[in-house]
Amino acid sequence: MPAISFQSVSKLYPSVRGAALKALDGVSFDIEEGEFFGLLGPNGAGKTTLISVLAGLTRASSGRVAVRGHDVQRDYAQARRQLGVVPQELVFDPFFSVRETLRIQSGYFGVKNNDAWIDELLQSLGLADKATANMRQLSGGMKRRVLVAQALVHKPPVIVLDEPTAGVDVELRQTLWQFIARLNKQGHTVLLTTHYLEEAEALCGRIAMLKAGRMMALERTSELLKAASSNVLRFKLDTALPAQFEGKARVTGRIVQLPAHDAHEIERYLAIIREAGLRVEDVEVRKADLEDVFLDVMSAGYAGRTDAIAAPPPGDDGTAHGADPREADSIEAPTA
Amino acid sequence: MTGWQTLFYKEVLRFWKVSFQTVAAPVLTAVMYMLIFGHVLRDHVKVYDTISYTAFLVPGLVMMSVLQNAFANSASSLVQSKIMGNLVFILLTPLSHWSWFLAYVGSSVARGLAVGLGVFLVTAWFGRPGLVAPLWIIVFALEGAAMLGTLGLIAGLWAEKFDQMAAFQNFVIMPMTFLSGVFYSIHSLPVFWQGVSHLNPFFYMIDGFRYGFFGVSDVSPWLSLAIVSSALLAVSAIAVHLLRIGYKIRT
Repeated sequence: MPAISFQSVSKLYPSVRGAALKALDGVSFDIEEGEFFGLLGPNGAGKTTLISVLAGLTRASSGRVAVRGHDVQRDYAQARRQLGVVPQELVFDPFFSVRETLRIQSGYFGVKNNDAWIDELLQSLGLADKATANMRQLSGGMKRRVLVAQALVHKPPVIVLDEPTAGVDVELRQTLWQFIARLNKQGHTVLLTTHYLEEAEALCGRIAMLKAGRMMALERTSELLKAASSNVLRFKLDTALPAQFEGKARVTGRIVQLPAHDAHEIERYLAIIREAGLRVEDVEVRKADLEDVFLDVMSAGYAGRTDAIAAPPPGDDGTAHGADPREADSIEAPTA
Repeated sequence: MTGWQTLFYKEVLRFWKVSFQTVAAPVLTAVMYMLIFGHVLRDHVKVYDTISYTAFLVPGLVMMSVLQNAFANSASSLVQSKIMGNLVFILLTPLSHWSWFLAYVGSSVARGLAVGLGVFLVTAWFGRPGLVAPLWIIVFALEGAAMLGTLGLIAGLWAEKFDQMAAFQNFVIMPMTFLSGVFYSIHSLPVFWQGVSHLNPFFYMIDGFRYGFFGVSDVSPWLSLAIVSSALLAVSAIAVHLLRIGYKIRT
């Protein structure tokens, strides 16, 4: 049984002018138990809507969502017991201290005498010395840690993090990812949305990409990286881009990046530059990363691949976890 | 402590932590009414033959405080949570719509009764009302608080901003409480306004409540009980339905 199952999930928001906004358009995929799964997409792609449908904050217009076999509408109590959701917005209840907040959240889930686990959460998230502080007195980063602790008070088997590291300092990101990776190794399923593609690359065994409410890609992270052009030629240029590069190059100010499949293609690019007599600086060739794949998928019709999106191949690495453990191990890596 | 009890506890803790504002302040307000209206109207308003106006005023002020504070509790808690965004912590839990209902209305009853008791203890010192039938007092205090706690819950779900909440409070709750006979017996009104007062369910809460103190009332306490109970059932059914469909809280 998958940890999370989305089946043809659509969400329509009626708009003022009559034309409905389609926030989700027939999204289907499964996340297996123990996976570390990344959900990527630009702003407004429908990531948060999908998570809201999963958490019962929003109702899907059509389709079915189940958490470990429990339908999120018909069997909502069971479904929500399985889920720990870290919301994207930095919200808090100003009336209570950190410990009170966590005790109350435990009580909502019917968990009694939870102080041992609460202490462990406080310790693991670097909140131990803030236990008696009022929520209002905490900095943004500290509030974010409490949100994570709140999501985990009932030891949910499935953890959902909606952009947990947006606007968060490097130290917290490291603490957070080490802790989440540890939970994932213990068997918790993790669903993560993030804007930081290095994080997704380093942590997630599989990745889904959403754009305008539609699935654009669903692959193992390693496959996704393989499928993209393997190299990128990067240089700085002060003059106009040659016509041959139009449509191929990604331009950020002076920086030009050209995806290349092999050495021949790089040579060809360099020849064009030489023939045009361009003055380029800081030429380098680097390996393609998830950002390149992401931009590829978002601009081109990667959609052809979405029919290959059934379940992931069951742990070909021999472990019970769907995710590639080597990727989860490299969590020290994500840089700011 | 599980489920709805936790939410109930949290809601009680919420108002108790700011009890200076949520309990002490309304008690002081009621004392002001007592001093000013009691003093000014003492020799001008004739209520029942055997009862002094200041004594008559005590149950009315107590009930008014119970009603207003029960309403304010669930209403302001919900609107604040919606605006602050922290309602999400409750929306993410397995708590059923019945749990929400019990917790929000229960805590509103707790606040209403806490304030009511405070007002009674302070104003009784001026007015010295009797305690003829204490069971009626308890029954009407509970039903009145539950009714307004439920109305507060509905208003809290409906309102998206503080000014919508204030509008509900000022244009619906305030007139209905003031026109229910807190400061007067409706027998002193012209026949037309007596008729209008009989359409106001708040009138029956205060009239029945007052019967418990003096053993006299404008209508039979049994009639009041029947009307108040029916009204309570009706608003409760609406509130539970709104919670079940996630009215304005689950999109």
